[in-house]
Amino acid sequence: MTVPSTSALFTTSSPSSSLSSLSSPPFTSVSRRIFLQRAGLASLAVAGSSVLGSCASGGGGTDGGGGAEKTDDNPFGVEPSDELSVVIFNGGYGDEYATFHEGLYTDKFAEAGINHKAITDIRQQMQPLFNAGNPPDVLDNAGAEAMPISVLADTGQLSDLTELFDAESIGFDGATVRDTLVPDAIESADYEGKPLVLNYALQVYGLWYDRALFDEMGWEPAETWEDFLSLCAEIKSAGIAPLAHQGKYPYYIEQLVFDMAVKHGGKEIAYAIDSLDAGAWQSDSMRMAADALLELKSKGYILEGTEGLDHIQSQTQWNQGKAAFIPCGSWLENEQKSVAPKGFQTTVAPTPLLPDSALPFECTRLESAEAFIVPTKAANRVGGLEYLRIMLSKEGAGEFTKLTSAPTIVLGAADGLDLSPGATSATALIESGGDNNWNYFYDKWYTPMRPKIETAIGELAAGRVTADEFCAQAQQAADETAEDPKTKKRTRS
Amino acid sequence: MKHGRVPFILGFLFPGLALYGVFVISPFVQAFHYSLTDWTGVAPEFGYVGLENFRQLWDDSLFRTALANNLLLLVIVPTLTVLLALFFAFLLNVGGGAQRAGVRGIRGNGFYKLMFFLPQVLSVPVIAVIWSVIMDTTPTGLLNSVLGWFGIGAVGWLADPNLALWCVMWVLIWGSVGFYLVLFNAALSSVPRDIFEAALIDGAGRLATFARVTVPLLWDTIQTSWVYLAILALDVYALVAVMTAGPGGPDNATQVISLQIAQNGFQFGAAGYASAMGVVLFAFTLLIAALMLRISRRERIEY
Repeated sequence: MTVPSTSALFTTSSPSSSLSSLSSPPFTSVSRRIFLQRAGLASLAVAGSSVLGSCASGGGGTDGGGGAEKTDDNPFGVEPSDELSVVIFNGGYGDEYATFHEGLYTDKFAEAGINHKAITDIRQQMQPLFNAGNPPDVLDNAGAEAMPISVLADTGQLSDLTELFDAESIGFDGATVRDTLVPDAIESADYEGKPLVLNYALQVYGLWYDRALFDEMGWEPAETWEDFLSLCAEIKSAGIAPLAHQGKYPYYIEQLVFDMAVKHGGKEIAYAIDSLDAGAWQSDSMRMAADALLELKSKGYILEGTEGLDHIQSQTQWNQGKAAFIPCGSWLENEQKSVAPKGFQTTVAPTPLLPDSALPFECTRLESAEAFIVPTKAANRVGGLEYLRIMLSKEGAGEFTKLTSAPTIVLGAADGLDLSPGATSATALIESGGDNNWNYFYDKWYTPMRPKIETAIGELAAGRVTADEFCAQAQQAADETAEDPKTKKRTRS
Repeated sequence: MKHGRVPFILGFLFPGLALYGVFVISPFVQAFHYSLTDWTGVAPEFGYVGLENFRQLWDDSLFRTALANNLLLLVIVPTLTVLLALFFAFLLNVGGGAQRAGVRGIRGNGFYKLMFFLPQVLSVPVIAVIWSVIMDTTPTGLLNSVLGWFGIGAVGWLADPNLALWCVMWVLIWGSVGFYLVLFNAALSSVPRDIFEAALIDGAGRLATFARVTVPLLWDTIQTSWVYLAILALDVYALVAVMTAGPGGPDNATQVISLQIAQNGFQFGAAGYASAMGVVLFAFTLLIAALMLRISRRERIEY
């Protein structure tokens, strides 16, 4: 077989990568947007490396390491002297936490050398290794240039994590790993009935505001749509725009619309959309939520010109008190650390409820993110599994939250830690939302659908289409995806 | 001495040719190969699908939108850039007052040249960011505040689907004019002054001199510029990726082929399909270049 390599035709337009550093939000969902800026460069690197490499068909060769006796302490039978290679996305979370986890690993297997690598251009560096059948043992596939996870799953490149989830957890008195995780972590790990991806960090979406400002003005986030509108009127009369959003990337305002629709119609709304059901986007709930956004726009409750602002610009306006609410995920506080004025208290509120909503006010979209994977062709595959088990230990997960002030999927690992206002309110919402917290997967399952939905949401947020037109446009994108032979369909219920 | 020459020349040629072969020719050939496969780009396995990718391209409405936008860029960018650059080069060289004997450029010629050339020194993404900030959509944005002085409300610029592509075009032209200005300027200065003076003495006005003397004399240079600018217009990846909403938005108003290639190849795990797009773009670029050279062929003027 010939050596796969990305074609030079991709690079006819190789852009400079110098910009990517301008904004480095820590999470896939945000930072993937700038991946394009580097993509051209990537292809050059890939083309070069694979052409020079040997035959890339690879495939055989590795047995995944291990072979030592399986004990309670070493449930996968890691061979203590096997080297472990760990590749971490060095984004907003940094890689300090990984160094800590690696320390725990070598405490256990003193002879094991660790090959630690912290990079930001995951795709550029990892794609040739995967193509050559020579991937690392643990990969944190996150950031602007993460590899398409559903494609990795479909091509059989990801290890089954069942063994890990059934193993005993460390530091939780005999519970299995599965028992210690939030439900979304289990669900989001699943591809065709098999857990393949460990999304380690837990992101909380909602409407963010400055607690200090709200206290000063005597405002309180509203629970119902009616109250929300009168709050907006009050905020506007104080000379502040009630809502800003990251208009250049409609993904953010999508969170508001989607969350209000799901709270109104129940989780089935998200299930239908993820399953590409006919008419999934044209439910009453989705239409009402879209209308709600249009109402905000037509009443002048949205910051003027926010449609053209990127995440940094709009969030900065929000930090400067020019807007009261902004939709975002729990990385916001960390992302704006250098911009937020002193005394600014980043706090999350759930989105308001449309009339006759099925779910309560206190719940939101929770997304397990920061996808850790153990490639099937990893040389020390079992070592990779053991490393993930260590990450999921009480000590390992607690240290992650301590270092990054971001919650993990491990329940109760951060109990008793002293957290920032943003992390505290996000953690509180994780708990108060409980089983009502929900998530969608269509954006990861069907990557080509994502920009189409964003285009539709962008038009809605700018008030250029009606709610019906928006629903029809989104539905068309879903139908096209359902008919696309290149896309693997998945269902959810 | 003679027998040593061939290896000597080959010695110099080989490294360059080898690099070119490995990093340019070979990936190109591979792209043709992968355009016939369903390769994902992240796994070593792939299957052959014949011309299926090309058939899907035919039905891909997004690809058609991108193609249409590229065509619009192809028409407008080279035309305006060449015209502006020619015009400025002409002014700098022979636009000066003609009341006294001789033909000369306008005062401050060197300064203007420097100013026009400045964007060329900046990398494309830097230009993109600068202009994104200038075209800030809030009422306090740079351009919008200026408009505000005249009582004109905030303009959406890149956030307005009707304006976005024109904003990108403007930046593309703004960034290119300087280079072609210098190019034309160099070509013009190699034209003997007597020709312009002769035209002047014969009573030719500025416009006639420009159209009848300058343009024909610079035809070779213009022709080359045209092809380069056409290729630039078929690309515009960096500008679009950095400046536009989405990128490629709003409402796919700034969608271009290069963006589609990158999205399919790297984001959607459809490298085979993206290769097919690349092949189409390749053929298209080749065709345009050949056409432009053919159409614009004229007799060469010797001087």
